Amino acid sequence: MNPTNYLYLSAILFSIGAVGVIVRKNAIVVFMCIELMLNAANLAFVTFAKINGNLEGQVMAFFTMVVAACEVVVGLAIIVTIFRSRRSASVDDASLLSR
Amino acid sequence: MSGESALFWVLAPLAVLASVAMLFMKKAVHSAILLAWVMITLAIFYIALDAPFLGIVQIVVYTGAVMMLFLFILMLVGVDSSDSLVEKIKGIRSVAIFTALAFSLTLITFIARAELGRPSVGLDEANSGGNVEGLAQYLFSDYVWAFEVISALLITAALGAMVLAHSEKSDVARTSQKSRSIARFRGKSIATAAGLPGSGVYARNNAIDLPALLPDGKPSDLSIAEVLHRRGDVAESKSYELDGLPKIDNEGNK
Amino acid sequence: MTSENLVYLIALPLFSSALLMLLGRKADKWGHIFATLISASTFVIGAMEFFAMIDRPEASRAVTQKLFTWISVGTFNVDAGLLLDQLSIAFVLLITGVGTLIHVYSIAYMSHDKDRRRFFAYLNFFIAAMLLLVLGDSYLNLYVGWEGVGLASYLLIGFWNQKPEYATAAKKAFVANRVGDFGLSVAVMIAFANFGAVSFIGIEEKVGGASETALTAMGLMLLLAAVGKSAQFPLQAWLGDAMAGPTPVSALIHAATMVTAGVYLITRSNFVFDNAPTAQLAVVIVGTITLLFGAIIGMAKDDIKKALAASTMSQIGYMIMASGFGPAGYAFAIMHLLTHGFFKAGMFLGAGSVMHGMNDEVNMRRYGGLAKFMPITSITFGLGYLAIIGVPPFAGFYSKDKIIETAFNAGGVQGVLFGSAALLGAVITAFYMTRLMLMTFFGNKRWAQGSEPHESPFLMWAPMAVLAVGSVASGYLLYSGKAIVKWLAPVVDKNQHEHTEFLPPIVVTTLAVVAVIIGVSIAFIKYRGELSESAPSEVSIFTRVTRRDLLQDDANEFLFMRPGQKLTQLLVKTDESVIDGAVRAVGSSALGSARGMRKLQTGYVRNYALLILIGALVALFTALVVTL
Repeated sequence: MNPTNYLYLSAILFSIGAVGVIVRKNAIVVFMCIELMLNAANLAFVTFAKINGNLEGQVMAFFTMVVAACEVVVGLAIIVTIFRSRRSASVDDASLLSR
Repeated sequence: MSGESALFWVLAPLAVLASVAMLFMKKAVHSAILLAWVMITLAIFYIALDAPFLGIVQIVVYTGAVMMLFLFILMLVGVDSSDSLVEKIKGIRSVAIFTALAFSLTLITFIARAELGRPSVGLDEANSGGNVEGLAQYLFSDYVWAFEVISALLITAALGAMVLAHSEKSDVARTSQKSRSIARFRGKSIATAAGLPGSGVYARNNAIDLPALLPDGKPSDLSIAEVLHRRGDVAESKSYELDGLPKIDNEGNK
Repeated sequence: MTSENLVYLIALPLFSSALLMLLGRKADKWGHIFATLISASTFVIGAMEFFAMIDRPEASRAVTQKLFTWISVGTFNVDAGLLLDQLSIAFVLLITGVGTLIHVYSIAYMSHDKDRRRFFAYLNFFIAAMLLLVLGDSYLNLYVGWEGVGLASYLLIGFWNQKPEYATAAKKAFVANRVGDFGLSVAVMIAFANFGAVSFIGIEEKVGGASETALTAMGLMLLLAAVGKSAQFPLQAWLGDAMAGPTPVSALIHAATMVTAGVYLITRSNFVFDNAPTAQLAVVIVGTITLLFGAIIGMAKDDIKKALAASTMSQIGYMIMASGFGPAGYAFAIMHLLTHGFFKAGMFLGAGSVMHGMNDEVNMRRYGGLAKFMPITSITFGLGYLAIIGVPPFAGFYSKDKIIETAFNAGGVQGVLFGSAALLGAVITAFYMTRLMLMTFFGNKRWAQGSEPHESPFLMWAPMAVLAVGSVASGYLLYSGKAIVKWLAPVVDKNQHEHTEFLPPIVVTTLAVVAVIIGVSIAFIKYRGELSESAPSEVSIFTRVTRRDLLQDDANEFLFMRPGQKLTQLLVKTDESVIDGAVRAVGSSALGSARGMRKLQTGYVRNYALLILIGALVALFTALVVTL
C-alpha cells in the first residue's frame, strides 16, 4: 500500500480543519480545529519518515506534539480569562479592531 | 489487499467523516468527542506506519491529556454554550469552503506529481534496534538542544497557565447591611443613628438647600447635606418662616 | 565714420520721459514745457547731423556709434549700436520735426486734462523709441525700438482708459502689432540661421551667397511685421479703433511716424527683397489691396478721425506698394512717406482743432459751414487736402504721381494692373477727401445745440501752419533735380539701375490729374447741396458693407477670435479634465483603493484567518504553477 495515501488523507484533514477555524464561532471549537490541523501535519511527518527510511520525521512529529500541548494549555487559559470578563466565548465579539 | 490497506480504507473515510461532522455540531462537546475519535484513528495510523511510540504518545498525551483538557474547559465555560448557526459575516462560509477545496486540491495535485525516483524505503532498518531506541538515539544526540528548549517551553507554558488563571481578590471590602447598621449606632451621635433629618419644607419652597427648623426656631445644620455646607450653598430660611411661630426652648417651655 | 552725438537723440527724450513719470504730480506745472524743449533739442541735433552729413562726400555720409556690447554668446554677437545714414536722417528729421510741432500743439490741446504731464512723458517715450527704431544698426536693435513704439502706441491710444472702449482699442492695437512682431522675430531668426549675423551691414555682405528660399522666407516675415505695424491688409483692423486716443496721438503716431515704420523696415531690408522677387510681389499685392481697401472704407465714414485713419491706411498702401517695386520704387515710397507726414499730420491737427471748436464732436454730419468761423484751420486743412488728392504743384502730386508711374513701369500685365489700381485709388481718394471737406467746412450748418465754433489758440494753429507750408512745398523740394532719388541711392539703389519706362511720364501725369478731377467732381455733385444731420438709412448693400469697414472686424472675429476662443476653452477644459483629472485621479485612486482595502479590516478574527488561508493558497498555487 502506497504510503502516499496517508499524505492525501493528511491534506484533506488539514483543509477540513482550516474550514473549521474560519466557520465556527465558539473559541474552543476553533481551537479544536487548529488541533486537527496540527494532527494532520503530524501524520504527514510520520508518513515521510516511513517513505525516507529514517526516524527524523517521527522526531519532528514528537516535537510538534509537545509544542501543541503547550499551546493548548496557554490558549485555553487565555480563553478562560476572556470568558471570565466578557461572559462570552464567541470569537466574533473581539471585533474592536474594525474600521 | 494487505491488512494495512484494509485498515486504511476503513478508518480513513471514518476519520474524514468525523472531522466533517465536527464542523457541523451545535454542541461543542460533541465536536470534542468527534475530534477525540479522529485522534485515536490517527494513533492507529501511526502504529500502522511503524511508529508505535508515537502512536501510544498520541493516545496518552493528545487524546488523553489535551482532549480531556478541552473537555474540562468546556465544562468551565458552559457545556450548553452553543453557537448560533446564523452566520453574521456574509459570504464567509462559501468563500472558506471554496478556498479550502482549492487548497486541498492544490496539495493533492502537488503530492500526486511528486516523484521520489525510488520506492518508499520503509522503517525496517531504522527500527532495527527498536523504535523507542531509534527515537532516543535522535532525541538525545542530534536534537538534544531542541529537546532541552522544548522542556523549557513546557515549564513556561505551565507557569503561564497558572498566571493567567489566577484571579485577584479585590481590595475594596464589601460592606453588608449588618455592618453598616452597627457602624451607625457606634457613630458620633446616637441622635443620628436612625438617619439624618431632611431639609426644610415650607409653604413656598422645599428645596434641599433650605434648612429645617429646630424647636427653638434656629435652622438645623444636620438637615443640609455635607456637600452644600462645604460649598456655602445653604439658603436662608428666614424669608420663608412664618411670623409668630412659637419658640420652644430645650426644656419644652414656650 | 563714428559720431558721439547719436546716443543723445535717444537718451534725451528717454530721460525726460522717465523724469516726468517718476516725479509725478510735482512736475505737473512744468512737465509739458520741459518735454517740448527736449523734443525740440532732438530736432536741433538731428538738423546738425543733417547739415554735417550734406557736407561730407557721398561715400562717407553714414555715421555709426557703438554704445556697448549687448549680446555675446558663442558665435552670436550683437552690439547695441546706432547707424545714421541717408535713409535714417530723413526719418530722424521727420520724427523730431513733426514730433516737436505736435508737442507744441498738445500743450494747448491737452491744457484741460489733469494728466497732461503723463501724456507728454508718453510722447517723449514714443520719440525715443521711434528714433531707436530708425537708428538701430541691426534687426535686433530695430526690434527694441519696434516694441517700444508698440508699447507707446498702446499707452497713448488708451490714454483715457477710464472709458472701457478706449482701453479695448488700445489692446486691439497691441495684439495686432504683436502678430506682426512675431514675423519680425522669425525674420531675425532666419537671418541668424542663414547669415550668422543680424546687423544690416553684416547681412548685406552675405546676402549674395544665400538661397532664394531663405531670402523669400525672411522677406515674407518682414512683410508680416510691416503689415502689423503699418495697418496693412490683413492686420489693418486696429487703425480705425486707434482713433480713440487724443488727436495729437493720431497725428503723430498713426499718421506720420509709427505706421510708417513698416515702410522703413522694407526699405531698410532692400538687400533682402531685391534678391527675393516672390516676396517683392507679395509686398506689392499687399500694398495694392490695402490702398483700395482703405480708400473704399474712407468713402463711408462719418467720423472725421476715422475717415482720416482710413485715408492713412490707403496712403501707406501706396508706400508699401511702391517699396515692393525694388530700387525703382524705394525712393518714391520714402518721398511719399515724408510728404504724407506733412499733410496728414496737418490734417489730423486740423481735425483736432475742429473738434476743439465743436465741443469734441467727431461726427461730420454735425459739422457744416465751418470755414467762416475757423479760417486758419480751414486754410491749413485745405492745403493739406489739395496735397493729398494730388493737385499740382502741391506735395502729394509729386509723390503720388511718381508712385503711379513706377507701378506702370513694372511692365507687362502686372504693371497695368497695379498702375490702374493706383489710379483708381487716386479717384476714390479725391472723392472722399472732397466729401470730407464739403461736409466739414462748407455747406449748411448742421451743428448741435449750443455749439460755438471758434478758432483755436496760437499754440494750436501755429504747428498747423508750419505743416501746411510743408504740404505745399515739400513735394517740389524733394523732387526737384531728382534730389530724393540721388540722396537715397547709396542706400537703396547701389547698382544704379536704369529703369525702363512703360508709359511716358507725361501720360501718367495726365491720367493722374484726370483721376483727381473725376473724383472731385463726383463728390461735388453728391455733397454740394443741403445735407441732413443724420446719415441716410436707405442705402445700398455696398454702402452698408462699407460702413461696417468692409466687414473687417467681423472677418477677424470669425476667422481668428471665435476659433481662438474655442481653442482656449478646449485647452482649459483639457487642463481641468485631463491634466487636473490625472492628478486628481491619482488622489482619488489612492482614496478609492484605501476605501476598498479598509473593508478588509472588519475586526473579525475569522476574516483574518480566511485571509491567511487565501494567502497560503496563493503561495501554494504559485509553487504548483511554477513546477508545471
